[in-house]
Amino acid sequence: MQGKLSILVVESDPDRARQIVDGLSGGDAFAISVVSESSGLARHVAERQPDVVLIDVESPSRDSLEDLAIASGPLDRPVAMFVDRSDDTLTKSAVEAGVSAYVVDGLQAHRIRPILDAAISRFNVFKRMRTELETTKRALEERKVIDRAKGILMKARGLSEEEAYGLLRKTAMDSGRRVSDVAESLVTAAGLLS
Amino acid sequence: MTRVLKVGFIPLTDAAPLVIAQEIGFAAEENIALDFLRVPSWSAMRDYLMLGHIDVAHMLAPIPVANSLGLGSVEGDLDVLAALNLSGNAITVSCDVAREMRAAGYRFDFADAMAAGRALIGLGRQLRIGVPFPFSMHAELLYYWLEALGLAAPQALSVRTVPPPLMAEALAQGEIDAFCVGEPWGSLAVENGHGTLLLPTSAIWNTAIEKVVAARRGWAEADPERAGGLLRALWKAGRWLDQPEKRGTAAEILARPDYLDLPVGLVERALRGDFVTSPHGDIRHADRFVTFHDGAANFPWRSQAAWMGMRIAKRLGLDRRESIAAAKAVFRTDLYRAHLRGIRADLPSASEKVEGTLDHPTAVPSETGRVILAADRFFDGSVFDPMA
Repeated sequence: MQGKLSILVVESDPDRARQIVDGLSGGDAFAISVVSESSGLARHVAERQPDVVLIDVESPSRDSLEDLAIASGPLDRPVAMFVDRSDDTLTKSAVEAGVSAYVVDGLQAHRIRPILDAAISRFNVFKRMRTELETTKRALEERKVIDRAKGILMKARGLSEEEAYGLLRKTAMDSGRRVSDVAESLVTAAGLLS
Repeated sequence: MTRVLKVGFIPLTDAAPLVIAQEIGFAAEENIALDFLRVPSWSAMRDYLMLGHIDVAHMLAPIPVANSLGLGSVEGDLDVLAALNLSGNAITVSCDVAREMRAAGYRFDFADAMAAGRALIGLGRQLRIGVPFPFSMHAELLYYWLEALGLAAPQALSVRTVPPPLMAEALAQGEIDAFCVGEPWGSLAVENGHGTLLLPTSAIWNTAIEKVVAARRGWAEADPERAGGLLRALWKAGRWLDQPEKRGTAAEILARPDYLDLPVGLVERALRGDFVTSPHGDIRHADRFVTFHDGAANFPWRSQAAWMGMRIAKRLGLDRRESIAAAKAVFRTDLYRAHLRGIRADLPSASEKVEGTLDHPTAVPSETGRVILAADRFFDGSVFDPMA
């Protein structure tokens, strides 16, 4: 069996799904389909009979795929999580990137490797983007809170903007807390008193 | 020097011993700190443990057993260091099924496994039941219960894996008729109007092992102080948890956003055994719904490992004798004894027993005198002898 490998991507976010498919389709070597998560995942897999299933480690639906490992009907093909015994780091980097691959029994490791490599690099990009997004969001929120706290101090104590920030920073340093935490306490307290 | 252990947990009520060990200070007493990682699935838990992402895991008791039978993923062995709890799961039926059963005269008592099973079988159709993982006490107890009542599995019974967060939806969509899962998922389905509680699994086998604390083989031996500290902290947390007056506090702690992130009232139901069983507001009490300590509950009985090995072997057509031997080797009674001797824990003299013979709490010989074991009956009165 050296035909096109069929790959099923389990991903509920259409944007991410498209990026994974793009990352894999170099040379048109694979037949790729996508399903979004649902309680009927095992049924989808049984119907499409893919050679490889790619799924996010964070997805609780992964457990449904474990059922397939013990599929015992005459038409069922045993599927197992892909582990390259000759290359432990591949499995490790897959888990770290957050992707797991389930493959049918007997598929050679060298045919899976490029798929997994491509998936790992995509997932690493997702992970980086997620971290970046979270960091930016947090920074923005912190700045908003600090601005509000400064405004409260300026009004209540007749300080300049610089003096208000200085007071926040001094309080934070004296109490071993972060400026944004002090600002947040002040905003909360002011809300309660108003 | 405090040793930090990375602990994987799934947000379920029976993660309580791990959470309490950390939050009430039993871990600190042993100079360890538990650093929790919420894990999205049981397969991820198993793989994280195997690949060293976490040190120890909150784990379904049958997973290390299945792994020893070659039904895992990554090569390598797992050790069961101790049981975290006995029972703690409930079976929930869909609103349609509940209506049908009521119409047929069944009264939902949330207690009698015989009557509940007969009523379910009496529906006269193929039953599709969701469980959280193919290797789980949920699955094994369902097969055991319905087979003992004459249902022909697998033809008349389809047990399938559905992730707990999707169970209620699967029930509402009619993809499954019922599910068996750890609390608080059953109560959550009742709360949202998707299902009715049928039976606690403690009614099928009242000392059924449920979650264990597991580690990679060799982890416990690599640093005995660390492993001993963990086992002692968990033992003390279990003893604390089985004092009825502590269960309210336990619910408060478990409900926090870091752990279950759910309303306290919902978490408290399983811990107190006081359930709202239907969207109509029916109330039932289940005695010993979940046990964390009493009756030597934490002792990793090799006979319970053998029972799981035997059931899995039977279901999948593996060699029974070999499977039982492999399963027993996973339950590390040797480590448990070595680490708990110092704190006056009750350690039974035997490492395995004939399961299902005790009608009442019964005293048996222990290393230092006597230990009281809990009644361990199967609902149908059968007996499992691990040596037979």
